[in-house]
Amino acid sequence: MATIEISCVEVWREVSNYLGGEISGELRERMQAHFEVCKHCTAVLDGMRNVVGLVGDGKLFQTPEGFNKRLYKKIVARR
Amino acid sequence: MSMPQAQPQLDSNEARLIRRVCDGETEAFEELVRPYERLVYVTAITVLRNQADAEEVAQEAILKAFSNLSSFRAESKFSTWLVQITYNEARMRLRKDRRDLYESLDNQQSDVDGDYWPRDFADWRAIPSELLEQNEARQALENAINSLSQMYREVVMLRDIQDVNIKDASTILGVSEGTVKTRLHRARLLLRDALAPGIDGRWCTSQSYQKVRPW
Repeated sequence: MATIEISCVEVWREVSNYLGGEISGELRERMQAHFEVCKHCTAVLDGMRNVVGLVGDGKLFQTPEGFNKRLYKKIVARR
Repeated sequence: MSMPQAQPQLDSNEARLIRRVCDGETEAFEELVRPYERLVYVTAITVLRNQADAEEVAQEAILKAFSNLSSFRAESKFSTWLVQITYNEARMRLRKDRRDLYESLDNQQSDVDGDYWPRDFADWRAIPSELLEQNEARQALENAINSLSQMYREVVMLRDIQDVNIKDASTILGVSEGTVKTRLHRARLLLRDALAPGIDGRWCTSQSYQKVRPW
């Protein structure tokens, strides 16, 4: 069966859900077919995937030095 | 302290630790919250955008969880409950300390209807995660996140930084799962646009990159 085409605007609307695996198999196939031929949408997908990976890398917003020590001092005082 | 009754969401180790704390072995509380220290801190700093305030609120939230552990009903995961307390504390702090600012931010909290069009369609140059070993690069990315409005920072913080699932994020934020998804989508596109010139902005000066840009 032929894949039904999907527009760039529809792809942008769903690209985040695509990355999160939160779309139907049918929509995923249509989007994959679109990415194969549309370099603009592929650039949007690549960028979003990269950004999500960086943000989730675990290196951002580290607790300040001594955070743990100061916290447990307060917990001990509260007991 | 009496032990919470229903425990469908609790992992067995956490349930044991909570029981020990409720039975009076309060030292066990440290073991219970240690894995979530960063989670609590990130929640606070996402709302407050200030390291000192975030630390103070994170501490207050954890102490509040300690004092109220017996009222934890285990209808959600312990981490979700902890984040929810932190989130409420942080929002209260914002209200208390910066009423004017909070109100002006609050006015911008309505969801934007319509599609967001990405600003940049040039071939994406991957930013390697190794770059985040550098303080400047980390700071640039944190600044990009901080530049988002609060409702977008919150979903990025929960879903992408802390890997909280859509359902739990919806519970914590008190909005529908659809709203979480829409905000997350918009936030990710905004971040992508913010980082399109590279984490240090230098890609803009690259000849080869300029060539593929549509403007």
